[in-house]
Amino acid sequence: MTTQAAVPGHAVDHAEPNYIAIFIYLSVLTGVELIVYAMGLPQVAKVGLLIALAFAKAVLVAMYFMHLAVERRTLAVIAIIPIILVTFLCFMLLPDLTTRLWTRFDHKISTAAPANPDLPPAAPTQ
Amino acid sequence: MSEAAAAETHEHGAVMADQLEPSVTPGNLGKLGMWTFLAGDAMTFGAGIAAYGALRIGNPNWPSPADYLGITTTAVMTFILICSSLTMVEALSGIQHGNQSKFRGFMALTVLGGLIFLGMQAIEWHHLIGERGMSVKRDLFDATFFILTGFHGMHVTGGVVYNSVLLIRGMMGKLPQSKANLVEVAGLYWHFVDLVWILIFTFIYLI
Repeated sequence: MTTQAAVPGHAVDHAEPNYIAIFIYLSVLTGVELIVYAMGLPQVAKVGLLIALAFAKAVLVAMYFMHLAVERRTLAVIAIIPIILVTFLCFMLLPDLTTRLWTRFDHKISTAAPANPDLPPAAPTQ
Repeated sequence: MSEAAAAETHEHGAVMADQLEPSVTPGNLGKLGMWTFLAGDAMTFGAGIAAYGALRIGNPNWPSPADYLGITTTAVMTFILICSSLTMVEALSGIQHGNQSKFRGFMALTVLGGLIFLGMQAIEWHHLIGERGMSVKRDLFDATFFILTGFHGMHVTGGVVYNSVLLIRGMMGKLPQSKANLVEVAGLYWHFVDLVWILIFTFIYLI
């Protein structure tokens, strides 16, 4: 579906994507997500597939409904910056998470407050 | 003011307008502003989802979302938001081509989609709080669920108000074809709300 400019200076200066097709893709991908969810796949495969499907849907919305596919590339840079920063944040969290995962079953982590060596020893109770 | 002076002022104004014209989004400064706002908002949502993932991976006793959350209802809510994104682009197409009745009809459907989504979320929350005993202070699962879906719900509410204002202006005849840019900027916000829900649906409900 293509359209021409309607109002000089304010118009559609690019071809409109086929919005109905994008809507159908998004609906089908949502259906596939539900099938993957209900299939009883191993957890790693299920998580990987669901994340891939979600990102495919997000890219469809950004590229066609939000018109990033036809905008100037500089605008895409603005859109990509938060993705880069959030990915960076996830990598920053990884050392803590992997450490906790490795030690989860090896050590019992005390929830009691650590002793403060600067304080005098507690008085004996009577 | 003489004609020469007026012409010079006009020319100067045109030069100023050219200088203010954003090269990234020609003809629509609001679009650049909205994209900048959305980039910041995306970082907030991204940090929230990353924190949710970190808390969940680090907690061996994290409950299965399927034990608490209704997937069918949420899948319908997802579908409604996708439908409302379609009606939003059709509303934009309508006003860009001077078809006011198409704009008003599809914009009304977009607002209706947002209201249905919010109504279903309210019913879901009522069920989870009243019947399942979930509470934001009970545990991390509940807290992260209510904070992320609540923050998104606030965005949907804002979008419904935003779109309603445009719809009312359109119905009053105060949104001519030359102001289609306003609808395009509102559309960016609404599609972003849809995009974020796609991620929340996957990370909070399905995984």
